[in-house]
Amino acid sequence: MAKIKGTIVVDTERCKGCSVCVAACPSEVLALHRSVNSKGYNFSYMENPDACIGCANCAIVCPDSCITVYRQKFDTAPVR
Amino acid sequence: MSEEFKVEIKPENLVYQKPALTTDATMHYCPGCSHGTVHSLIAEVIEEMGIQDSTIGVSPVGCSVFAYNYIDIDWAEAAHGRACALATAMKRLNPGKMVFTYQGDGDLAAIGTGETIHACNRGENIAIIFINNAIYGMTGGQMAPTTLVGMKTATTPEGRRVDLHGYPFKIAEMLTHLDGVSYITRQSVNNPVNVRRAKKAIRKGFEKAMAGKGTSFIEIVATCNSGWKLSPVEANRWMEEHMHPVYPLGDLKDI
Repeated sequence: MAKIKGTIVVDTERCKGCSVCVAACPSEVLALHRSVNSKGYNFSYMENPDACIGCANCAIVCPDSCITVYRQKFDTAPVR
Repeated sequence: MSEEFKVEIKPENLVYQKPALTTDATMHYCPGCSHGTVHSLIAEVIEEMGIQDSTIGVSPVGCSVFAYNYIDIDWAEAAHGRACALATAMKRLNPGKMVFTYQGDGDLAAIGTGETIHACNRGENIAIIFINNAIYGMTGGQMAPTTLVGMKTATTPEGRRVDLHGYPFKIAEMLTHLDGVSYITRQSVNNPVNVRRAKKAIRKGFEKAMAGKGTSFIEIVATCNSGWKLSPVEANRWMEEHMHPVYPLGDLKDI
Protein backbone atom coordinates (compact mmCIF):
# COMPACT_ATOMS: atom_id res chain seq x y z
CA MET A 1 0.00 0.00 0.00
CA ALA A 2 1.47 3.29 -1.06
CA LYS A 3 0.73 6.62 0.45
CA ILE A 4 0.67 9.82 -1.59
CA LYS A 5 1.61 13.02 0.16
CA GLY A 6 1.90 16.53 -1.08
CA THR A 7 3.27 19.83 -0.01
CA ILE A 8 3.12 23.37 -1.30
CA VAL A 9 5.44 26.35 -1.33
CA VAL A 10 3.67 29.71 -1.25
CA ASP A 11 5.33 32.80 -2.68
CA THR A 12 4.28 34.82 0.34
CA GLU A 13 5.31 38.19 -1.14
CA ARG A 14 3.19 37.57 -4.26
CA CYS A 15 0.18 36.27 -2.29
CA LYS A 16 -2.70 38.72 -1.83
CA GLY A 17 -4.56 36.68 0.79
CA CYS A 18 -7.72 36.26 -1.28
CA SER A 19 -8.31 32.81 0.31
CA VAL A 20 -9.65 31.29 -2.91
CA CYS A 21 -7.09 28.50 -2.39
CA VAL A 22 -8.41 27.90 1.14
CA ALA A 23 -11.90 27.32 -0.27
CA ALA A 24 -10.60 25.13 -3.12
CA CYS A 25 -8.62 22.72 -0.91
CA PRO A 26 -10.48 19.40 -0.52
CA SER A 27 -8.44 18.38 2.55
CA GLU A 28 -8.75 21.59 4.53
CA VAL A 29 -5.00 22.05 4.60
CA LEU A 30 -4.76 25.76 3.94
CA ALA A 31 -5.50 28.84 5.99
CA LEU A 32 -4.45 32.45 6.03
CA HIS A 33 -1.48 33.19 8.27
CA ARG A 34 -1.84 35.57 11.22
CA SER A 35 1.18 37.56 10.09
CA VAL A 36 1.26 39.69 6.95
CA ASN A 37 3.63 40.20 4.04
CA SER A 38 5.18 43.53 3.11
CA LYS A 39 1.98 44.60 1.31
CA GLY A 40 -0.11 43.91 4.39
CA TYR A 41 -1.87 40.79 3.16
CA ASN A 42 -2.38 37.72 5.34
CA PHE A 43 -0.71 35.16 3.12
CA SER A 44 -1.81 31.57 2.64
CA TYR A 45 0.06 28.76 4.41
CA MET A 46 -0.34 25.07 5.26
CA GLU A 47 -2.11 24.95 8.59
CA ASN A 48 -2.56 21.20 8.45
CA PRO A 49 0.33 19.96 6.26
CA ASP A 50 -0.15 16.25 7.01
CA ALA A 51 -3.48 16.22 5.16
CA CYS A 52 -2.07 17.56 1.87
CA ILE A 53 -2.47 15.15 -1.04
CA GLY A 54 -0.75 17.31 -3.66
CA CYS A 55 -3.83 17.66 -5.86
CA ALA A 56 -2.79 21.16 -6.97
CA ASN A 57 -6.35 22.50 -6.77
CA CYS A 58 -5.10 25.46 -4.72
CA ALA A 59 -2.45 26.28 -7.29
CA ILE A 60 -4.67 26.20 -10.35
CA VAL A 61 -7.30 28.49 -8.83
CA CYS A 62 -4.69 30.92 -7.48
CA PRO A 63 -5.18 34.16 -9.42
CA ASP A 64 -1.62 35.26 -8.76
CA SER A 65 0.15 31.96 -9.46
CA CYS A 66 1.93 31.99 -6.11
CA ILE A 67 1.63 28.30 -5.22
CA THR A 68 4.09 25.59 -6.25
CA VAL A 69 2.97 22.02 -5.59
CA TYR A 70 5.07 18.91 -4.94
CA ARG A 71 3.83 15.35 -4.58
CA GLN A 72 5.63 12.18 -3.55
CA LYS A 73 4.65 8.55 -3.24
CA PHE A 74 5.73 6.68 -0.12
CA ASP A 75 5.81 2.94 0.28
CA THR A 76 4.01 2.13 3.50
CA ALA A 77 5.13 -1.47 3.81
CA PRO A 78 5.74 -2.44 7.46
CA VAL A 79 8.99 -0.98 8.70
CA ARG A 80 11.46 -3.68 9.68
CA MET B 1 4.57 17.32 8.61
CA SER B 2 5.60 14.05 10.14
CA GLU B 3 9.23 13.15 9.44
CA GLU B 4 8.26 9.79 7.99
CA PHE B 5 6.33 11.27 5.05
CA LYS B 6 8.26 14.44 4.42
CA VAL B 7 7.76 15.42 0.77
CA GLU B 8 11.06 16.44 -0.74
CA ILE B 9 11.16 19.74 -2.62
CA LYS B 10 12.83 18.59 -5.82
CA PRO B 11 12.01 18.75 -9.55
CA GLU B 12 10.96 15.08 -9.76
CA ASN B 13 8.14 15.74 -7.30
CA LEU B 14 6.95 18.93 -8.94
CA VAL B 15 3.23 18.87 -9.80
CA TYR B 16 2.47 22.50 -10.54
CA GLN B 17 4.36 25.75 -10.66
CA LYS B 18 3.83 29.26 -11.96
CA PRO B 19 3.57 29.02 -15.77
CA ALA B 20 6.90 29.85 -17.41
CA LEU B 21 5.27 32.56 -19.54
CA THR B 22 3.78 34.36 -16.54
CA THR B 23 6.13 37.20 -15.72
CA ASP B 24 7.36 37.98 -12.23
CA ALA B 25 5.49 41.29 -12.24
CA THR B 26 2.91 41.40 -9.45
CA MET B 27 -0.53 41.68 -11.01
CA HIS B 28 -2.38 44.91 -10.29
CA TYR B 29 -5.72 43.09 -9.99
CA CYS B 30 -7.65 43.05 -6.72
CA PRO B 31 -7.12 39.97 -4.50
CA GLY B 32 -9.15 37.03 -5.86
CA CYS B 33 -9.82 38.55 -9.29
CA SER B 34 -10.64 36.01 -12.00
CA HIS B 35 -8.38 37.82 -14.47
CA GLY B 36 -5.28 36.37 -12.85
CA THR B 37 -6.56 32.80 -13.12
CA VAL B 38 -7.44 33.26 -16.80
CA HIS B 39 -4.03 34.84 -17.48
CA SER B 40 -2.39 31.72 -16.01
CA LEU B 41 -4.54 29.46 -18.20
CA ILE B 42 -3.61 31.40 -21.35
CA ALA B 43 0.08 31.27 -20.40
CA GLU B 44 -0.16 27.51 -19.83
CA VAL B 45 -1.98 26.88 -23.12
CA ILE B 46 0.53 28.93 -25.14
CA GLU B 47 3.39 27.15 -23.39
CA GLU B 48 1.90 23.69 -24.02
CA MET B 49 1.21 24.47 -27.68
CA GLY B 50 4.78 25.80 -28.05
CA ILE B 51 3.64 28.97 -29.82
CA GLN B 52 5.23 31.58 -27.59
CA ASP B 53 7.16 33.16 -30.48
CA SER B 54 4.21 33.27 -32.85
CA THR B 55 1.40 34.46 -30.60
CA ILE B 56 0.10 38.02 -30.51
CA GLY B 57 -2.39 39.08 -27.87
CA VAL B 58 -4.56 42.16 -28.04
CA SER B 59 -5.25 43.72 -24.68
CA PRO B 60 -8.37 45.81 -24.18
CA VAL B 61 -9.36 48.84 -22.20
CA GLY B 62 -10.60 47.88 -18.78
CA CYS B 63 -8.99 46.20 -15.78
CA SER B 64 -7.01 43.90 -18.07
CA VAL B 65 -5.45 46.85 -19.91
CA PHE B 66 -2.06 45.87 -18.48
CA ALA B 67 -2.35 42.21 -19.55
CA TYR B 68 0.76 42.77 -21.66
CA ASN B 69 2.82 43.08 -18.49
CA TYR B 70 1.90 39.62 -17.25
CA ILE B 71 2.27 37.15 -20.12
CA ASP B 72 5.59 37.03 -21.94
CA ILE B 73 4.37 37.11 -25.56
CA ASP B 74 3.87 39.86 -28.14
CA TRP B 75 0.98 42.20 -27.39
CA ALA B 76 -0.80 45.11 -28.95
CA GLU B 77 -3.03 47.53 -27.09
CA ALA B 78 -6.30 48.36 -28.82
CA ALA B 79 -8.48 51.42 -28.46
CA HIS B 80 -11.58 50.83 -26.36
CA GLY B 81 -13.66 48.07 -27.95
CA ARG B 82 -11.51 47.83 -31.08
CA ALA B 83 -9.54 44.71 -30.18
CA CYS B 84 -11.25 42.49 -32.78
CA ALA B 85 -10.59 45.04 -35.53
CA LEU B 86 -6.91 45.24 -34.59
CA ALA B 87 -6.69 41.44 -34.33
CA THR B 88 -8.25 41.15 -37.80
CA ALA B 89 -5.53 43.33 -39.28
CA MET B 90 -2.72 41.50 -37.52
CA LYS B 91 -4.03 38.06 -38.46
CA ARG B 92 -4.54 39.01 -42.11
CA LEU B 93 -1.04 40.49 -42.37
CA ASN B 94 0.54 37.58 -40.49
CA PRO B 95 -1.55 34.51 -41.29
CA GLY B 96 0.94 32.22 -39.54
CA LYS B 97 0.56 33.93 -36.19
CA MET B 98 -1.85 32.97 -33.45
CA VAL B 99 -3.80 36.16 -32.72
CA PHE B 100 -6.18 36.40 -29.79
CA THR B 101 -8.03 39.21 -28.08
CA TYR B 102 -8.63 39.43 -24.35
CA GLN B 103 -11.62 41.62 -23.56
CA GLY B 104 -13.96 42.37 -20.72
CA ASP B 105 -17.70 42.92 -20.98
CA GLY B 106 -17.44 46.70 -20.96
CA ASP B 107 -15.04 46.50 -23.87
CA LEU B 108 -16.46 43.66 -25.96
CA ALA B 109 -20.17 43.75 -25.16
CA ALA B 110 -20.68 47.52 -24.97
CA ILE B 111 -18.50 49.84 -27.03
CA GLY B 112 -17.01 46.97 -29.08
CA THR B 113 -20.18 45.07 -29.95
CA GLY B 114 -20.06 46.13 -33.60
CA GLU B 115 -16.41 45.15 -34.08
CA THR B 116 -17.00 41.81 -32.38
CA ILE B 117 -20.06 40.91 -34.44
CA HIS B 118 -18.42 41.84 -37.73
CA ALA B 119 -15.15 40.04 -36.93
CA CYS B 120 -17.17 36.91 -36.09
CA ASN B 121 -19.34 37.32 -39.18
CA ARG B 122 -16.27 37.60 -41.41
CA GLY B 123 -14.94 34.45 -39.77
CA GLU B 124 -11.57 35.91 -38.91
CA ASN B 125 -9.22 33.16 -37.73
CA ILE B 126 -8.71 34.65 -34.31
CA ALA B 127 -9.65 33.60 -30.78
CA ILE B 128 -11.68 35.99 -28.68
CA ILE B 129 -11.49 35.60 -24.91
CA PHE B 130 -14.38 37.41 -23.27
CA ILE B 131 -14.32 37.97 -19.52
CA ASN B 132 -17.89 38.55 -18.40
CA ASN B 133 -18.18 39.85 -14.84
CA ALA B 134 -21.44 41.76 -15.38
CA ILE B 135 -19.99 45.08 -14.29
CA TYR B 136 -17.55 47.84 -15.27
CA GLY B 137 -14.88 46.88 -12.76
CA MET B 138 -12.16 49.39 -13.60
CA THR B 139 -14.23 52.55 -13.44
CA GLY B 140 -15.97 51.78 -10.17
CA GLY B 141 -18.65 49.17 -10.72
CA GLN B 142 -21.15 50.82 -13.06
CA MET B 143 -23.87 48.84 -14.86
CA ALA B 144 -22.67 46.99 -17.97
CA PRO B 145 -24.87 45.55 -20.75
CA THR B 146 -24.29 42.12 -19.16
CA THR B 147 -25.45 43.18 -15.68
CA LEU B 148 -28.14 40.86 -14.33
CA VAL B 149 -31.73 42.02 -13.86
CA GLY B 150 -32.09 43.31 -10.30
CA MET B 151 -28.32 43.47 -9.74
CA LYS B 152 -27.17 46.47 -7.74
CA THR B 153 -24.32 48.49 -9.22
CA ALA B 154 -22.97 52.01 -8.74
CA THR B 155 -25.33 53.35 -11.41
CA THR B 156 -28.29 51.09 -10.57
CA PRO B 157 -28.45 51.39 -6.77
CA GLU B 158 -31.99 49.95 -6.76
CA GLY B 159 -31.02 47.10 -9.08
CA ARG B 160 -31.17 46.84 -12.87
CA ARG B 161 -34.70 47.44 -14.17
CA VAL B 162 -35.88 45.85 -17.40
CA ASP B 163 -38.21 48.75 -18.27
CA LEU B 164 -35.39 51.26 -17.90
CA HIS B 165 -32.20 49.38 -18.77
CA GLY B 166 -33.27 46.42 -20.85
CA TYR B 167 -32.12 42.82 -20.51
CA PRO B 168 -28.67 41.28 -19.88
CA PHE B 169 -26.85 41.04 -23.20
CA LYS B 170 -26.17 37.38 -24.05
CA ILE B 171 -23.58 37.99 -26.71
CA ALA B 172 -22.38 34.37 -26.91
CA GLU B 173 -25.89 33.12 -27.75
CA MET B 174 -26.27 35.85 -30.33
CA LEU B 175 -23.01 34.97 -32.08
CA THR B 176 -24.07 31.32 -32.55
CA HIS B 177 -26.19 32.50 -35.50
CA LEU B 178 -23.15 33.74 -37.41
CA ASP B 179 -21.64 31.32 -39.93
CA GLY B 180 -18.09 32.63 -39.49
CA VAL B 181 -17.81 31.35 -35.93
CA SER B 182 -16.61 27.78 -35.47
CA TYR B 183 -16.46 27.51 -31.69
CA ILE B 184 -18.42 29.27 -28.98
CA THR B 185 -18.17 28.18 -25.40
CA ARG B 186 -18.95 29.62 -22.00
CA GLN B 187 -16.78 28.64 -19.06
CA SER B 188 -16.03 29.83 -15.56
CA VAL B 189 -13.06 29.76 -13.19
CA ASN B 190 -14.86 29.60 -9.84
CA ASN B 191 -13.58 26.17 -8.79
CA PRO B 192 -10.80 23.73 -9.79
CA VAL B 193 -13.10 21.65 -12.02
CA ASN B 194 -14.23 24.68 -14.01
CA VAL B 195 -10.68 26.01 -14.23
CA ARG B 196 -9.56 22.74 -15.84
CA ARG B 197 -12.52 22.85 -18.25
CA ALA B 198 -11.80 26.48 -19.12
CA LYS B 199 -8.22 25.59 -19.93
CA LYS B 200 -9.35 22.85 -22.33
CA ALA B 201 -11.77 25.30 -23.96
CA ILE B 202 -9.05 27.93 -24.43
CA ARG B 203 -6.76 25.31 -25.96
CA LYS B 204 -9.50 24.13 -28.31
CA GLY B 205 -10.30 27.71 -29.33
CA PHE B 206 -6.63 28.45 -30.05
CA GLU B 207 -6.25 25.24 -32.07
CA LYS B 208 -9.33 26.01 -34.17
CA ALA B 209 -8.16 29.56 -34.84
CA MET B 210 -4.74 28.26 -35.88
CA ALA B 211 -6.33 25.62 -38.13
CA GLY B 212 -8.20 28.36 -40.02
CA LYS B 213 -11.66 27.12 -39.11
CA GLY B 214 -13.04 30.56 -38.27
CA THR B 215 -13.48 32.62 -35.16
CA SER B 216 -13.35 31.03 -31.72
CA PHE B 217 -15.24 32.78 -28.95
CA ILE B 218 -14.48 31.76 -25.37
CA GLU B 219 -16.59 33.49 -22.76
CA ILE B 220 -15.40 33.20 -19.15
CA VAL B 221 -18.01 34.08 -16.54
CA ALA B 222 -15.88 35.84 -13.95
CA THR B 223 -16.11 37.61 -10.64
CA CYS B 224 -15.49 41.23 -9.73
CA ASN B 225 -15.46 40.94 -5.97
CA SER B 226 -14.53 44.62 -5.46
CA GLY B 227 -17.32 45.80 -7.75
CA TRP B 228 -19.80 43.37 -6.25
CA LYS B 229 -18.72 44.37 -2.71
CA LEU B 230 -18.13 40.76 -1.67
CA SER B 231 -15.13 38.77 -0.47
CA PRO B 232 -13.44 36.67 -3.21
CA VAL B 233 -14.90 33.40 -1.87
CA GLU B 234 -18.38 34.91 -1.45
CA ALA B 235 -18.14 36.36 -4.95
CA ASN B 236 -17.48 32.90 -6.38
CA ARG B 237 -20.52 31.59 -4.50
CA TRP B 238 -22.67 34.52 -5.64
CA MET B 239 -21.59 33.89 -9.23
CA GLU B 240 -22.60 30.22 -9.02
CA GLU B 241 -26.00 31.12 -7.59
CA HIS B 242 -26.88 34.13 -9.74
CA MET B 243 -24.67 34.35 -12.85
CA HIS B 244 -24.54 30.69 -13.92
CA PRO B 245 -28.36 30.33 -14.26
CA VAL B 246 -28.45 33.38 -16.56
CA TYR B 247 -25.20 32.54 -18.35
CA PRO B 248 -25.23 28.71 -18.41
CA LEU B 249 -21.84 27.06 -18.88
CA GLY B 250 -20.93 24.74 -21.73
CA ASP B 251 -20.29 24.66 -25.48
CA LEU B 252 -22.84 26.63 -27.50
CA LYS B 253 -21.42 25.90 -30.92
CA ASP B 254 -18.70 23.53 -32.09
CA ILE B 255 -18.32 22.81 -35.80
